[in-house]
Amino acid sequence: MAVGKFPIEASHIMMFARSIGDGNKIYYDEDYAKGGEAGGIIAPPTFVQASAQFDPDYGLRPKIGGDGWFGSGGKPTGVKPREDSVGSTGDSGGGGGLHAEQRYIYHRHPKVGDVLTATNKPGKSWEKEGKRSGKLVFSESITEYRDQDGELVVTAIGTGVRTERPVDQG
Amino acid sequence: MALKASELKVGDTYTERLVEDLKRTQVVMYAGASGDYNPVHTDELFTTKVAGYPGVFAHGMLTMGMTGMMLTNYVGDGRLTEFGVRFTNQVFPGDTLDSTATVTAINEGLVDIEVSTINQEGVEVAKGSAQARIDD
Repeated sequence: MAVGKFPIEASHIMMFARSIGDGNKIYYDEDYAKGGEAGGIIAPPTFVQASAQFDPDYGLRPKIGGDGWFGSGGKPTGVKPREDSVGSTGDSGGGGGLHAEQRYIYHRHPKVGDVLTATNKPGKSWEKEGKRSGKLVFSESITEYRDQDGELVVTAIGTGVRTERPVDQG
Repeated sequence: MALKASELKVGDTYTERLVEDLKRTQVVMYAGASGDYNPVHTDELFTTKVAGYPGVFAHGMLTMGMTGMMLTNYVGDGRLTEFGVRFTNQVFPGDTLDSTATVTAINEGLVDIEVSTINQEGVEVAKGSAQARIDD
């Protein structure tokens, strides 16, 4: 995902850590974090995924004043999922796209006060025949997160897969 | 609390329970924090009637996030240099997940780790690898 400004904020890190069930004080207690090697509150390893919050075009968030949302309201769905909401946006599902793989390379760990930018480019893509879901089309997306000085902080390589039909269960 | 090369050997393992009886509310919390509001994770009506799945399922990235917690508890804060997983099976509310790190190599101040997260049936839901800085 391309993001012009991804501020690394303490309350966001605290909420993210809570959501993954991680009670490590390094994610919310500034005094504790200052005394450690990191020198302050840092982001959990998968936190950059939350840059979606700062992507104005992110397809998996209902838009204020937008033209509908594909989740249920009075009916099981509002509108059809946007084709472009799958694959390039990391974790996707439902409309035929799923998150197959994710890899991060940490040049350093983001810390509170950083303001990151993210640029995105397509990686490899390939096809495979799947037993449980028909033809599978995989595509990689490479996101580079840089800090306020232009230094590379995290490289994220996400692989999305589109399936012909929902994955058979069992 | 970082790992020390002098106290590590190939084959060492570390296991942690990531979650017991995963609640839908935790999946909602992850949606809110991460910003991924795909209804297949929180909207039962959409997921069963439109998407064609038996019920809502967790974000792959929630499983990876919890797996990352196991890793940072093992290698120490801010020590990871790489972390990647493949999502091999879906995770549903009610699942209990355990994750294991296995040391595969130690060299030049770095440890290579194999990562595996399984559910209560022993089915692997995430599989991957990581690398971390270690002390002498």
